Amino acid sequence: MSILSLDQPGRQMLFMGNEALARGAIEAGVRVCAAYPGNPSSEIIASLAGVAHDLNLYVEWSVNEKVAMEVAAGASFAGLKSLVAMKHNGLNVAVDFLFNLAMSGCKGGMVMVLCDDPLALSSGNEQDIRTYAKMLDLPLLQPSQFNEGKEMMRFAFELSEELGIPVLLHSVTRFSHARGNVTLGEIPREVPQPYFDTSQGIFPKPIENTHPALHEKLARAGRALAESGFNEYLGPEAPELLVVTCGSGVLYTKEALVNLAAQDRVGVIKLGGTWPLPQEFLLEHLKKCDRILFFEEVDPFVEDNVKALCAQHGAEVGLKTFLGKAGGQVPDWGENTPDVAMKSIAGVLGMDYEPPRPAEYAEEAAKAVADMATFRTLGLCAGCPHRASYWAIKNALALDGRDGFTFGDIGCYAQGRGPSGFGVMKTMHAMGSGAGLADGFGQLTRFGAQQPVLAVCGDSTFFHAAIPAILNARYNNANLLMLVLDNSATAMTGFQPHPGVGRNAMGEEAPVVEVSEVCRAIGAEVVELDPFDLEATTETIYELLQDLDGIRILVLKQECALVRSKRQKLMYQVAIDQEICRGDDCGCNRFCTRVFKCPALIWDQASGRAAIDEAICNGCGVCASICPASAISREAV
Amino acid sequence: MNSQIDPRNVIITGVGGQGNVLASQMMGQALVQEGLVVTIGETYGASQRGGSVMSHLRISQSEQWSPLIPEGQAHLVVGLEPLEALRVMARYGNPQVLTLTNDRPILPLDVIAGSADYPELDEILAKLAHFSQKVWTVGATEIALEMGNPIFSNMVMLGAISTLELDWFPLRADEFKEVLQLLLPAKAIEQNLEAFRRGQGAVNEL
Repeated sequence: MSILSLDQPGRQMLFMGNEALARGAIEAGVRVCAAYPGNPSSEIIASLAGVAHDLNLYVEWSVNEKVAMEVAAGASFAGLKSLVAMKHNGLNVAVDFLFNLAMSGCKGGMVMVLCDDPLALSSGNEQDIRTYAKMLDLPLLQPSQFNEGKEMMRFAFELSEELGIPVLLHSVTRFSHARGNVTLGEIPREVPQPYFDTSQGIFPKPIENTHPALHEKLARAGRALAESGFNEYLGPEAPELLVVTCGSGVLYTKEALVNLAAQDRVGVIKLGGTWPLPQEFLLEHLKKCDRILFFEEVDPFVEDNVKALCAQHGAEVGLKTFLGKAGGQVPDWGENTPDVAMKSIAGVLGMDYEPPRPAEYAEEAAKAVADMATFRTLGLCAGCPHRASYWAIKNALALDGRDGFTFGDIGCYAQGRGPSGFGVMKTMHAMGSGAGLADGFGQLTRFGAQQPVLAVCGDSTFFHAAIPAILNARYNNANLLMLVLDNSATAMTGFQPHPGVGRNAMGEEAPVVEVSEVCRAIGAEVVELDPFDLEATTETIYELLQDLDGIRILVLKQECALVRSKRQKLMYQVAIDQEICRGDDCGCNRFCTRVFKCPALIWDQASGRAAIDEAICNGCGVCASICPASAISREAV
Repeated sequence: MNSQIDPRNVIITGVGGQGNVLASQMMGQALVQEGLVVTIGETYGASQRGGSVMSHLRISQSEQWSPLIPEGQAHLVVGLEPLEALRVMARYGNPQVLTLTNDRPILPLDVIAGSADYPELDEILAKLAHFSQKVWTVGATEIALEMGNPIFSNMVMLGAISTLELDWFPLRADEFKEVLQLLLPAKAIEQNLEAFRRGQGAVNEL
């Protein structure tokens, strides 16, 4: 029994924001759920997959976000309620379909959870995807609390079904990956008969019909949002400042006002629906005060749209002083926090806010941490096969000597740009872009380019977006070495299965699609190796680089160390022979720890020799082949 | 301690892979079952890759607070790793903070590579004592290794927390068992409960 399927209406649970949204979808009667994993959105579909059998849902990990959205829309076209969830980058992948879908409309309630990641805590870039709602003419909801998120989800499904258009629900890391109280509701069990009405098609055209109809639906959505109860005014009737906020900003603003003891001076307009704006509600409360501070994350989405509303209704609301991102009172990038809210609001009110601790303490603690607490540089895990792959690439490129280099991609192996991947990876953009960039560089031999070019991508990224670029390389005869680092999992986002692993989201057996077979089918030359065999891997890469005529593909296959360690802690018992390791007296200058950089292979200050940290070692045994003195031994477990 | 203060703020901190998130979830669920309102904020973007991980728990009688603790407002810091306990003092520490920490270091990548130093444990503990009202240590990793897997150290630490006798923090063994039953597969419950019990007897006041 998962906590998500507890049939105990009224019970208080501590749910992650993503679980609150998943539970809301369940209580709304969702039947089909699809996504490609991507943090901070992954747990929405992952948690639904865990209860799919209990609750008679269909849940899938799709190969990418566009397909996931199409899967969900397919179910909606047949009248079922469907959910799709994705991170900001994923929406960019799916958005071509979405613009068509917005205009064609859907049937069964269809909700899309779109997660931003301010400050890119687990992403390659930062975006604010709320502007898409305006471009798409689709309604947008922004939950600020956990139970509210669950209730909004139910509302969103009703609204979508009523209007026949998808409804967007926006989350951020501090909602999705936070936890809070949720009150469980009823779980509906009835499943409507799926049926595609063949008497009419579903098309985005003719535009003269669909676009005006969409605008009319959006206006109805605006009225429904205004009456939903998700917008609220909190504060005195005659405040000296109005804060307009939404999403994560709501709790930060509340915390700031308590800390500043300014609840009696400042009014808060909390918006739950941010597109279209609840116009009547806003116009009523904006009259309360002429100083308006917008407090939201990343882009001035609400700020710009409320300003436009005020301009439109200038005669009614009068002249306002707007404060926010445009005026420099609120940061226009990165994450907000309660401290950022305090600074912004205190600044606007002309107050000084000092944190409740002595300034000397803060200074002293900051200094102690700066002096003593070395930053934890991110790196590959102990036993990670990618470390072995990058070690082989690094050495093969050095051996080759033509200043060859590697285009990179998205996943755990993106650590290839850092110290634990020896700086091998030189670019990181969108999913599959490493292969595409290599396609481009691989054409430059005709202009005299001398450097051999490599690209890496993971197994899940291969299925998601690298296949078209690899196919393109084959077709256009780009000269490159494509390395697929196949660790049999979407490890970065929580080990979700993909077409290569033989299991689907709901834990059922599935056909295995082999990376190497896909590559051979397009006519490329493919070699498959275990990267833990450092010597063979290095030699093979070197040899393939000597004859780069068209695309060569090397699949380096070894299971993710964390996935394996759940089943079997160690492949090898690794030990340092204290007799052979001469420590600082060896001419190697701590080669094993200085260069290889495995978290479990450490330097023992006391003995002045290398040592294995047994609490961390995952027993891959690779380090046994790197010690110049052969002091590291391994024994199969 | 003044039990009128609301919310109470707890930070659980450690290194990716130590079970920080699960520990905070279990603690939070136990408190919700006591009728409290809890918010937890997690910072674990790429935590499985050896980074610092932090969970912020906001514990309230009545209100949902934000998932991030403001500067200088931690009441209790729980370190699954000693240097991480020290690290949070820079932003969240104050002279009244209580600190409970595992005593087993995990070396950062730059220390392994030889380009930075890891302080002596005694030095870290002395600093923690300097920045805290009170410090307790637990040999959590040692206990977990005795049990056969370092992953149990987070449960050992939860057991240790349950003995601190903070009036605002009602985490008891029988209640904890219920939470384990709710959140873990049946086969994992006994060992985790055992780790919790061992932690109850392993707290050393500095």
